[in-house]
Amino acid sequence: MTQAPTTLISPDPLISIRDLSKHFGEGSARVDALRSVSLDIFPEQVIGLLGPSGSGKSTLLNVIGCILEPNSGRMELDGESVYDGHWLRPNLRQLRLEKIGFIFQAHNLMPFLSSIDNVALVLDLAGYNAIEARKRAAELLDYLEVGNRADAMPASLSGGEAQRVAIARALANKPRIVLADEPTAALDSERAGIVMDLLRKLAIDQKAAVIVVTHDEKIYDRLDYIYQLRDGVLDIESQEDS
Amino acid sequence: MNLAYRDVRHSLGRFIVTCLGLSLLLGVVLAMIGIYRGLIADALELVETIDAQIWIVEDGKRGPFAESSRIPLDTKDAVARIPGVVATGAVTFQSVETQYGQSKRRMYVIGYQPGQLGGPKHIISGRGLTGRNFEAVVDHRTRLGVGNQIQLGRNTYSIVGVTKNAVSSGGEPAIYLSLDDAQKMQFDLSPPATRRERARGTAIASSGSTVSAVVARISPNASAEHIVQTIRRWKHFSAMTEEDQGKILLQSVVEKARKQIGMFTAILIMVSAVIIALIIHTMTMDKIREIATLKLIGAPDRVIVALIVQQALSMGLISFGLGGVLIFNIQNVFPKRLILQPTDGLGLAGVVVIICLLASVYGVFTALKVDPAKALAG
Repeated sequence: MTQAPTTLISPDPLISIRDLSKHFGEGSARVDALRSVSLDIFPEQVIGLLGPSGSGKSTLLNVIGCILEPNSGRMELDGESVYDGHWLRPNLRQLRLEKIGFIFQAHNLMPFLSSIDNVALVLDLAGYNAIEARKRAAELLDYLEVGNRADAMPASLSGGEAQRVAIARALANKPRIVLADEPTAALDSERAGIVMDLLRKLAIDQKAAVIVVTHDEKIYDRLDYIYQLRDGVLDIESQEDS
Repeated sequence: MNLAYRDVRHSLGRFIVTCLGLSLLLGVVLAMIGIYRGLIADALELVETIDAQIWIVEDGKRGPFAESSRIPLDTKDAVARIPGVVATGAVTFQSVETQYGQSKRRMYVIGYQPGQLGGPKHIISGRGLTGRNFEAVVDHRTRLGVGNQIQLGRNTYSIVGVTKNAVSSGGEPAIYLSLDDAQKMQFDLSPPATRRERARGTAIASSGSTVSAVVARISPNASAEHIVQTIRRWKHFSAMTEEDQGKILLQSVVEKARKQIGMFTAILIMVSAVIIALIIHTMTMDKIREIATLKLIGAPDRVIVALIVQQALSMGLISFGLGGVLIFNIQNVFPKRLILQPTDGLGLAGVVVIICLLASVYGVFTALKVDPAKALAG
C-alpha cells in the first residue's frame, strides 16, 4: 500500500483505495492501466500524481472521480464505501455532485454562462435556490479574488481568471475531494503559484483532499506528496515537508 | 437556471440565422397547405357562385367542368316547367387567352342570360350585365377595372362591373358575358374561315342554339333528388345536384393536383424533420465538451435533455412563427389563391412540435452517450 504516513491530521482518509485494478481489452490486446493500486489521502493534503503519457494517471483520476469503473479492488470516498467489486451507489453523478470537485486543464467553463453563473450552476444542480446560489457564488469569486469579474463571460477572462473561476465552481458545493487535471499547465510560474496556493488554502479551510495530476515541475515544491505511476503501478516518489 | 435560454442568448446571431433558414422551409410548407386549400376552394367557387341546386348537362356527360357538354338552349324552358323548379338559367363556359396591353391573360368566359341564374354573385364595383351586347363583368383578379376594354375573339368588350371570387377550377379569373355574346365568341368563325367552310359546302352552325349546361333553383319544399330523377328519366339529360357537381369537381377535375400538392407537402414536412434533426444534432455536437462537463459535475440527464429539447422546440416554433408571418404577408403575390386557415396553422404548429421532439431524440441520444471523461481530455 502506498500511503502518505507522516502528516496525518485526521485519522480517517478522505480517499482510501485498496488493490484497485483496471485493464482495457482482453487476451493479447490487454493493457493493464492500474495494477493493484492502494492509496490513502487525508484531509488538508495536496498530493501530486505524476507519470509519463499512458502510465495510468488519467485512468486513476477517472476511477477516483467515479467516471470509470475499475475491474477489482475497493474504494472509499469521504467515509463512504463506493466500490467493492462493483459500484455501490446507483447514481454516481449525484455522488460526484456531493463529494467531488473537478478542476480541468482547459477550465471547461460553460461559454454561455457568466463567471458567477458558472459557479452558481453547481449550486443550482445541488438544489440551492437562485438567490442563495448567486450569493454563495459571489462569495466564492471574492474568496478567489475574481469577484470583480463576476459578470464577465469566459471568453473575456484571462487564463488565470478563468482558472480561478473554474476553481470557484469546483468548490461551490463544498466537496471534500478535489481532482485537478493539469490545473497550471496553461499558466505562467507566478499564476501557477497563485493557483496552487489557492488549492492549499481550500484544502485547509474545507478540510479537503486535493489530487493534482501534473507535469509542471514548478509546482512540485507546493505538493505534500508526489506519487509516480509507471505502467499502472503506483509509487511514492518524494515527500515534501509542507 | 435555464441553460437552453442562456446558450441561445450567447449565440443569438447564429440561432436567428438558423431560424430564418428554417422559417423559409416551414413557410413553404404553410404555403403548400394554403395552395391546397385554395385549389379546393377555387374548384368549388363557381358552383357556389352560380348557386343552383340542379345542373343539367348532355346525356352521359358529367357536367360542364369535368367534360364538355352541349345541350339545346330550350332545355331551360322544359326544366322550368317541372314542378318545384323556381328559377332556371343557361350557361356556357370557355377558357380563352387574350392580349391585354403587353401581357397575355387567361380567363374563363361564362355566358349567361342577365337577370337569370348563372351570373356573378356579388358586384364589388360598377354594375351587372343588363342585356346589352359587348359588355362584361370581370373577377378582380383579372386586374381590369370598370371602363377598361378588352378584346375577346373578334369583338371588344367594355368592363361594366367587377366581382370577386369567381375563378375556374384551374384558377383562371372569370369574365361574365351575356349568353348571346359568349355563344358568338365560342361558335362564330372568322370571315376567312366562314368563306372556306362555305366553299366546302359545310353548313355554318347557328351559334345561339346550344349551351354548356342549364341550371335550376328549386323551392325549399321540393326534393332535388326527385327532380334530378325526373329530368334523367323523361328528358334524357344528365342531371345532378349541387352536391354531386361539387364531388365531381373534387374527384375528377382537381384530384390529381390535390394528391400532388398533398404528397409534396408531406415530403416537405419530412425534409423539414430531417433538417431540424440535423440542426439539433449539430448543435448538440458543438456542445459535446459542455455536456461532458455537465455530466462530470453531476448534472442529471434531465438537465441535459431539457437543454436540447427546449432549444429544438424554441427553434421550431420561432421558425414556424416567422414562416407564418412571411407567408401571410406575401400570400397575395402568389399567382393562385392561398387560403391560410387558423386550424391549418395550429395543425402545422402541432406537427412542428412533434417534429422537433422527434428530431431532438437523435440529439438527446448523442448527448446521453457522451462520456463525462471527455471533459478531462486535454
